[in-house]
Amino acid sequence: MSALLELDGVEARYGPVQALRGITLEVAEGEVVAVLGANGAGKTTALRAISGTVRRSGRISFGGKPLHGGPEAVARAGIAHVPEGRGTFTELSVLENLRLGAYTRRERNVRADVDRVAQWFPWIRERSGQQAGTLSGGEQQMLALARALMARPKLLLLDEPSLGLAPMIVREIFRIVGELNEREGLTVLVVEQDARIALRTAARAYVLEVGRVAVEGTSEELQENESVRRSYLGY
Amino acid sequence: MADFLQQVVAGLASGSIYASLALALVLIHRATGIINFAQGEMATLSTYIAWTLTVNHGWGYWPAFVFTLGVSFLGGAAVHQTVIRPNEKGSVLRVVIVTIGLLILINGLVTWIWGGEVRAVESPFPDGTTEIAGVAITTADIGTIAVVLAIVVLLWALFQYTKLGLAMRAAAVNPAEARLVGVRVTWMLSFGWGLAAALGAVAGMLAAPSVFLDPNLMAALLIYAFAAAVLGGIDSPIGAVVGGLTLGVGLNLIGTYVDFVGADLQLPVALLVILVVLLVKPTGIFGKTEVRRV
Amino acid sequence: MRLRRSLVPVASFVVLAVVVAVVPSFVSEFRAQQLAYVGIYLTAIIGLNVLTGYTGQISLGHGAFMAVGGYTTAILMADHGVKDIWTIPLAGLVAGTAGFLFGIPALRLSGLYLALATFAIAVSMPAVLKRFEGFTGGGTGINLFGIPELTASLTPVEILGRQVAFNDWLYYLSWSIALVGYVVAWLLLRGRSGRALRAVRDSETAAQSSGVSLARYKTLAFGVSAAYAGVAGSLFAIATTYVNPDTFPIALSILLLVGVVVGGLGSLVGLIAGAVFIQFLPTWSQEVSKSPGAPSVVSGALLIALMFVLPMGVAGLIERLRLLTRRIYHRSGP
Repeated sequence: MSALLELDGVEARYGPVQALRGITLEVAEGEVVAVLGANGAGKTTALRAISGTVRRSGRISFGGKPLHGGPEAVARAGIAHVPEGRGTFTELSVLENLRLGAYTRRERNVRADVDRVAQWFPWIRERSGQQAGTLSGGEQQMLALARALMARPKLLLLDEPSLGLAPMIVREIFRIVGELNEREGLTVLVVEQDARIALRTAARAYVLEVGRVAVEGTSEELQENESVRRSYLGY
Repeated sequence: MADFLQQVVAGLASGSIYASLALALVLIHRATGIINFAQGEMATLSTYIAWTLTVNHGWGYWPAFVFTLGVSFLGGAAVHQTVIRPNEKGSVLRVVIVTIGLLILINGLVTWIWGGEVRAVESPFPDGTTEIAGVAITTADIGTIAVVLAIVVLLWALFQYTKLGLAMRAAAVNPAEARLVGVRVTWMLSFGWGLAAALGAVAGMLAAPSVFLDPNLMAALLIYAFAAAVLGGIDSPIGAVVGGLTLGVGLNLIGTYVDFVGADLQLPVALLVILVVLLVKPTGIFGKTEVRRV
Repeated sequence: MRLRRSLVPVASFVVLAVVVAVVPSFVSEFRAQQLAYVGIYLTAIIGLNVLTGYTGQISLGHGAFMAVGGYTTAILMADHGVKDIWTIPLAGLVAGTAGFLFGIPALRLSGLYLALATFAIAVSMPAVLKRFEGFTGGGTGINLFGIPELTASLTPVEILGRQVAFNDWLYYLSWSIALVGYVVAWLLLRGRSGRALRAVRDSETAAQSSGVSLARYKTLAFGVSAAYAGVAGSLFAIATTYVNPDTFPIALSILLLVGVVVGGLGSLVGLIAGAVFIQFLPTWSQEVSKSPGAPSVVSGALLIALMFVLPMGVAGLIERLRLLTRRIYHRSGP
């Protein structure tokens, strides 16, 4: 399997603060890869660097070609970024959120896409007129995921899906992510604070510390790793 | 009673004009968070362009109207791209100064090109009145209301039913998230400024026949439009329309029936509306209260 | 240490005072009149600077406070026989009170909305003045020319045994007041009250949580700036010897804010440049093109360009030069 996404020595800063000090990682097509680490380690920044939301230096290639530009261009290239906090358009309806997800797609058949996506989230069809801001946290996260799927992305960037959600809902979300990967071959790069659930769904993971990759390996390797267990898995 | 209804209709007509300009202000504020103090002057410039086309170049009124809408749209978008965009991230004062600078610049430009004389402008609507339910209503009033109504409906359709309209709405309320789904937010904002400029042109062209054409055409109208926008909710397009109509009718009725106010004090009454609304319910009738993140 | 920091401002002030005192001997009477207006505008924008530069409240309506001051002076002189000089502090007081009172509800308005509200006030003021005819003389206004309360209106004044023409007297009057205004502002803005004001501008929340009484400083700032404007308006009435509703149009309010921005917010230094800008820009623009509207085109374009190039105004330019020279000086070192 070729690497769909490659980061090489990527750096990023917020003003005077250096958030990423040279990240190197890769995601192969059809993989679920997790990025773990404590608060402030640079996980979210890594995703932002990919989607072009923050200025960065270093090499990023996607599908063999260099990846440039801001979020609009990256979205057009086939990367869907579900940001921290979901990024739902709270004032718009559920259906409108989905329509926006398909914004970069040329085809006209939005309804068919909504049906396709609704297979994963059946409740969407009944609640399509509801204002997105009135949905529960878990539902908003699912809506965000559904919106990303509308774009038929080649790569899904998922930022802290567990944030602010009850454990049961988090499990449900990761289950869906896992199934999406298995059944549709969706490639996912997920940033997650909850290392345990992330490692159960992901095949490989990187652990970031202070803006650098500290540990990398398969999920099994990391789960065995002494220091990872102590710091991130709690046992 | 008939007299009262007549005043109401007349108020609706002037209110439509306020609504049009108020809608322009709301569009811009919703999209870019800016109060465009130059909106009136931009509308004046558009009106002069339409006037020149009809008087100096023999165009028909409606072709000139439509053409002017197009030119205004392009002008508004251009202003956003060149002057506003670089200053969007600056302080509030910087943005205010830039729009004030535009106000001064365009006002001077109009005077420079066309001179300061007051000119009479022909109304596109035939003189005369129609009787509806026993009330004599001028054709001009009906025409004004109809034009603005048509444009508002068109805009509404644009925003509700088209991909572009959806993208514009998304760009206005959540620009960061909109970028993530691939919306070219900056272009959407420029589009919004273009639409606003066109709306301003509508207001100017409809107002000119009764208010006469001179470089200061829109100065008072701008205040009425601000009052309407603030009353309806500075981020609510519906509010702008409702606010405009309400203000138009209200001012007309107060002006007619309250001697103290008469015709001279309508402007200060509008000012009073602005102040009272801003102090009591700053988000206006249709606005939502804002939560300030510390 | 504090003495040393005061040294440069005090020294430059003395130089300024000397220059101001000496200039009339070298220039024509017409020029003196123009410079007198510079002094008037300077007084107004010193006050506006306190409001906008230091507490960050934007006012597009200070022309209205000038109108309050101007009309106070006119009414006191024409209807109550008060000598012009004595009306000046009264005008300041009336305008200052009006400003303070406006400052209270203004607390609830922020940024753009305050700009909008003050803009609307300035646009509506002429209409209000016209309406209350009995008080203000309505559309015709109040004529001060030739009345005995106006010093030097017909016969020259005697100052220190020398005969001074009207324009020169006006010049000295407006500049003395401007210089006094400068000193008062400087005293107000250093030390604790100055820091408090600046804290309000930079972060309201932080200021509040560190115990600065926001409301008090913001309303005081409004009152003080309105008082300055009132004094300027009073001088304006004396200078033009005439007030009517159109003497203080919205354009004036806009120009005042422009002057502050050009001069540089939050700093006293560049304000003279701002006042010069207000007075002389129309004249200079006339030299570019005689057509009507040309001054506005130039002003507008300049203003926009300024926001791109020098958002901190002349004061910002001076600051940049100062840092540049300091860097050069340090680099070439002992």
